[in-house]
Amino acid sequence: MNKKGTVLEGVHFMNGDVACAEGAIAAGCKFFAGYPITPATEIAEHLSQRMPEIGGIYIQMEDEIASMAAVIGASYTGLKAMIATSGPGFSLMQENIGLAVMTEAPCVIVDVMRGGPSTGQPTLPGQQDVMQAKWGSHGDYEIIALAPSSVQEMFDLTIEAFNLSETYRVPTILLADEVVGHMWEKVVIPTGEKIKIVNRKRPNVPPEKYLPFMPDDDLVPPMACFGEGFSFHATGLTHDEHGYPQTSSSEVQQSLVNRLCDKIRKNADKIIRVEEVALEDADVVVVAYGIVARAALSAVRKAREKGIMAGLLRLITLWPFPEKHVAKIAKQAKAMVVPEMNCGQLVREVERSAKETPVAFLSKLGEDPHTPMEILEAIRRSI
Amino acid sequence: MVEETLITEETAHPISKFLREAMMPHIWCSGCGNGVILNCFVHAVDELQMDLNKLVVVSGIGCIGRTAGYINTNSFHTTHGRPIAFATGVKLANPNLEVVVISGDGDLFAIGGNHFIHAARRNLGIKVICANNFNYGMTGGQQGPTTPLEALTSTTPYGNIEHPFNLVHLAAASGATYVARWTTLHVRRLTQSIKKLLQKEGFCFIEAISPCPEIYGRYNKMRTGLEMMEWFKKASVVEHFSDPAKAEITPEKIVVGEFVDMKKPSYEKLLHEQIAQINKKAGE
Amino acid sequence: MPVRLWRTPLDTKKVKLPKAEIHIIKDQCKGCNFCIQYCPTKVLEESEEINAMGVHPPRIIDESKCVVCSFCTAVCPDFAIYVVEKQCKEGC
Repeated sequence: MNKKGTVLEGVHFMNGDVACAEGAIAAGCKFFAGYPITPATEIAEHLSQRMPEIGGIYIQMEDEIASMAAVIGASYTGLKAMIATSGPGFSLMQENIGLAVMTEAPCVIVDVMRGGPSTGQPTLPGQQDVMQAKWGSHGDYEIIALAPSSVQEMFDLTIEAFNLSETYRVPTILLADEVVGHMWEKVVIPTGEKIKIVNRKRPNVPPEKYLPFMPDDDLVPPMACFGEGFSFHATGLTHDEHGYPQTSSSEVQQSLVNRLCDKIRKNADKIIRVEEVALEDADVVVVAYGIVARAALSAVRKAREKGIMAGLLRLITLWPFPEKHVAKIAKQAKAMVVPEMNCGQLVREVERSAKETPVAFLSKLGEDPHTPMEILEAIRRSI
Repeated sequence: MVEETLITEETAHPISKFLREAMMPHIWCSGCGNGVILNCFVHAVDELQMDLNKLVVVSGIGCIGRTAGYINTNSFHTTHGRPIAFATGVKLANPNLEVVVISGDGDLFAIGGNHFIHAARRNLGIKVICANNFNYGMTGGQQGPTTPLEALTSTTPYGNIEHPFNLVHLAAASGATYVARWTTLHVRRLTQSIKKLLQKEGFCFIEAISPCPEIYGRYNKMRTGLEMMEWFKKASVVEHFSDPAKAEITPEKIVVGEFVDMKKPSYEKLLHEQIAQINKKAGE
Repeated sequence: MPVRLWRTPLDTKKVKLPKAEIHIIKDQCKGCNFCIQYCPTKVLEESEEINAMGVHPPRIIDESKCVVCSFCTAVCPDFAIYVVEKQCKEGC
């Protein structure tokens, strides 16, 4: 392993959590606050060793609530910051995720999903936090959530998560699952120069003219940090462009909350990524994400061998939901199948976008993700 | 829409440059001690001629939580109970910043209690000033972790049967390097303590006992700020370096003074030394 | 209770008490009366007028009695009063 320099370039055989940690380092993350929780502990353990090597900061806080607050603090002091957790910790963090949204603090939150609800099955996978990622905190808001399906994507999508959070000043959630987090696969890490990094927009006016929450045309305000001479105020209360609380004004509430949502909604086309396999002539389309998409790909290939015109729409971005992609595919296809490791979460969004096209839901909870044969059966049943 | 400021060039208070004029006058009631604490803090910053660019004030939810909005420096108003956790991120990310948490007794010791004891245990170099007014003022005067036994509040209409925290004892036991308690009557000593706090390494804590006349005072037969200040005047006893466990607050006696003042390397100093060492080794 | 001086200090003639300039920002006062109550030389009292806050701000009774201890400046929660030392030549 090359320990000189920051990026661990080369070809490696590593586990998903470690790939995610290395992705964070490659993206320029210099602050990690966390709390041990299965199955995300390896991210914390790996970063506790790597962060000092690259001159970054690792701290284990007393709980996930404190970790999220510390991440926002570090973000406001100019560092790229990350936190890794699983379901129970993700629940604890919700209030402060709301604070990050309201104060537009760029940060990355990794949720390695496990079986829930509550303590659930700590060592087994699930996809049960998908809706929580979007709606978990109170109030109306939008975040970005990405779902990796492989260890390579754990590396790549962590970098993308940082880039998106810096571009849009929004907490970005990496919704992995325990299988992707714990499995070992080949990862190719390019040299640092080849990795695309995006940093937050900085103010281009002098401190006396700086308004911390005055957006540019892309609805994102440039961000100053503590200690640079811009003495600004930020608060979780509804605020105006100065950052000062305006708790009695309807106009300010409307304009602020709508902007926070529009920031993501109006830029959705630039944010959303999907993978399309054999969709041009597909009668049955499987819509899947995470580890389940791997089995779905195998099922689609087997279906094609048997003469069934099946295709796969793999969602890489879960939020904002790729409505337009799903709607377009639904018009061409005769049926859709959504396998998820939960009792029905993202399938609701698929149904909403697919409108008249029938959508079949395939639920599976517990130790194993869906097998390709199970998905193949569902494909057969849907035609 | 923010109202027009009443401060003009001719009438400007000498330390008004430390205050955000667009946010003044502040929301605090007549006789509220929060204004006095703000006054002492700003005077201390002025006397030390601190570089305001290097000062970060973080506050939580509550009446005193509005302080961050009033001081003309880098400031942040967090969710309830979390200013210390937020301040941890700031201080570690840039140890050259002076990070001060100004928050209330409920915010720091009820919902935020866990963060307080761990930051003190780590000896993180953040400074914490707690405005202790014995209740949750902002939400209408509910019982808090420092509400005295038998006191009346909006959620203890029959008298409080919970024992309050002894904040200086808690801070000292958790490992703070500087612990002091003053009331808002002891303006000079409070200012001197704040100056000391701003120059000291490690986790420092000041408990500033503050009148809440409109709510706590009214429930407990001290209807004006002046009556509460008279209680401070009558009952306060300065007992420097006495045992913080015995530093009581009763209607007859309020023990004030400095309780702990020691040297201990701060967390961020140790962390950054460790990082520098490992970073250097990794580069070899 | 403050200790009263029982004898005139020997350097009374040498030490010159500062002359005060008391500034009251009337419309910022919220009428808490801390300055009035705790002034050691009782220079202030509550005035009859009502200010923009709807309370009686303080009024100076006798500015010459002020010794610029600045307690009012330090204790005012509303930044509504401050004292500065008047800069003047001999014999003012």
